[in-house]
Amino acid sequence: MALRFSEQLDELNQTLTRMASFVEQSIADASRALRDQDIKLAEQIIKADDEIDSLEKQIESFCLQILLLHHPVASDLRYISSILKVLTDLERIGDQAADISEISILLAKMPRHQDSPYIFKMAELTQKMVIDCIDAFIKQDIQLAEAVIYQDDEVDRLFQVIKDYIFTMIRTNAQDADLAVDYLVIAKYFERIGDHATNIAEWAIFAQTGVHKKRRII
Amino acid sequence: MSALMDAQRSEQSLKSPQDMVIIKNLDFFYANKQVIFDLNLNIQANQILSVFGPANSGITTTLRSINRLYEMNPKARLQGEIYLNQRSIFDSDVSVTELRRRVGMVFDVPTPLPMSIFDNIAYGPRLKKKKRKAEIADIVEEALSMAALWDETKDRLHTPAMSLSGGQQQRLCIARVLALQPEVILLDRPCSGLDPISTARIEESLIQLKKRFTIVVAPHNVQQAGRISDRVAFMLMGKLIEEGISAEVFANPQDQRTSDYITGRFG
Repeated sequence: MALRFSEQLDELNQTLTRMASFVEQSIADASRALRDQDIKLAEQIIKADDEIDSLEKQIESFCLQILLLHHPVASDLRYISSILKVLTDLERIGDQAADISEISILLAKMPRHQDSPYIFKMAELTQKMVIDCIDAFIKQDIQLAEAVIYQDDEVDRLFQVIKDYIFTMIRTNAQDADLAVDYLVIAKYFERIGDHATNIAEWAIFAQTGVHKKRRII
Repeated sequence: MSALMDAQRSEQSLKSPQDMVIIKNLDFFYANKQVIFDLNLNIQANQILSVFGPANSGITTTLRSINRLYEMNPKARLQGEIYLNQRSIFDSDVSVTELRRRVGMVFDVPTPLPMSIFDNIAYGPRLKKKKRKAEIADIVEEALSMAALWDETKDRLHTPAMSLSGGQQQRLCIARVLALQPEVILLDRPCSGLDPISTARIEESLIQLKKRFTIVVAPHNVQQAGRISDRVAFMLMGKLIEEGISAEVFANPQDQRTSDYITGRFG
């Protein structure tokens, strides 16, 4: 049983890594599609979200089977139960990359406009957070998980900068208000991606320690 | 802290648990081979303690030490102290027969006597003291009820005990121990060879019985230990590795060897 369980854990980790790679790619592509006004790429991201959803269901079912058949305890129980939580965050990140792409398609059809450089900085930072939080989860690296949580403050700061920039844009040129709101929504999606990466990092810490947000829950 | 652990802790603090059995510095030998090393274990009243671990860890020997059943083996000897309700079980004026009444034992294979269901239960009380028939009948009913076997046997009390199913025979053995009004019940893998429904019935009985008795069980498997115990003790190669509140040990074992065993990475 132990050998079979260990093989199943490896398979679970591989599938989780594959899902995480899709999600990371979606964020990078969403940022590129926005910058390059690439409608085709944006459409591909929206389509790729179905693959992310399908992997979510696959991993969820795998975890439930492990719970059913192996009755894991201690670190194994924490790990499997936290994967079930992490999945939700990963799936939401995929949704948000698709949502950003939907707006990108609309923006691409408008005349060329000046992008806020901070949007791409947020995209870059959140993509790194997602890569790191999944690495921290799979490699059981608490320090890396804590670094991800720390990085979220920078994402929040950037969101505030963008918000101020957009308000100024609306005040100085009311004609661009629609465009400004679209940018604000995109920034908000990246800010939420940062929150989801933080959640994943918190579950990575829980999987090792049983402590979630400084509270022992098991 | 998790709700389950909180509940287990508050239950313990409300009852201010008393140590029913105290094992101190126990070393146990079969001839020259030492099988238990410096065991220290307190068993609290009205709780279920599961002592678990791989084969040859000294679990059965620990159980058999508490009622001095090991003395049946002439090559067995022990050093150390065991107290039952604050009194050493090795005191010169302790009657071994009386000790084994106070500390009853149920074995892995059901051992009904070749007589009726009623007589199986009545056998011990009849030996202990002359009792009136009605009194014996009351004891039999109470013991069978506590072992959750009364409803299934009340209409066939005078049929052979051997005609019962394996699970019923094991509950009969529990009832036989209960009829002697023990203080502690030792159960050595009582669900071996039983189907899941019979196992569940015995587990439910044990959970009910702890209100009146102190229970020490060598569980059938790790999952059973988790389901029924208030506290668990993990033994490995004759040594106590870890002891604590069941939910805590299964969630966050403090010793790597406990973690490896309960997660199935060895043993």
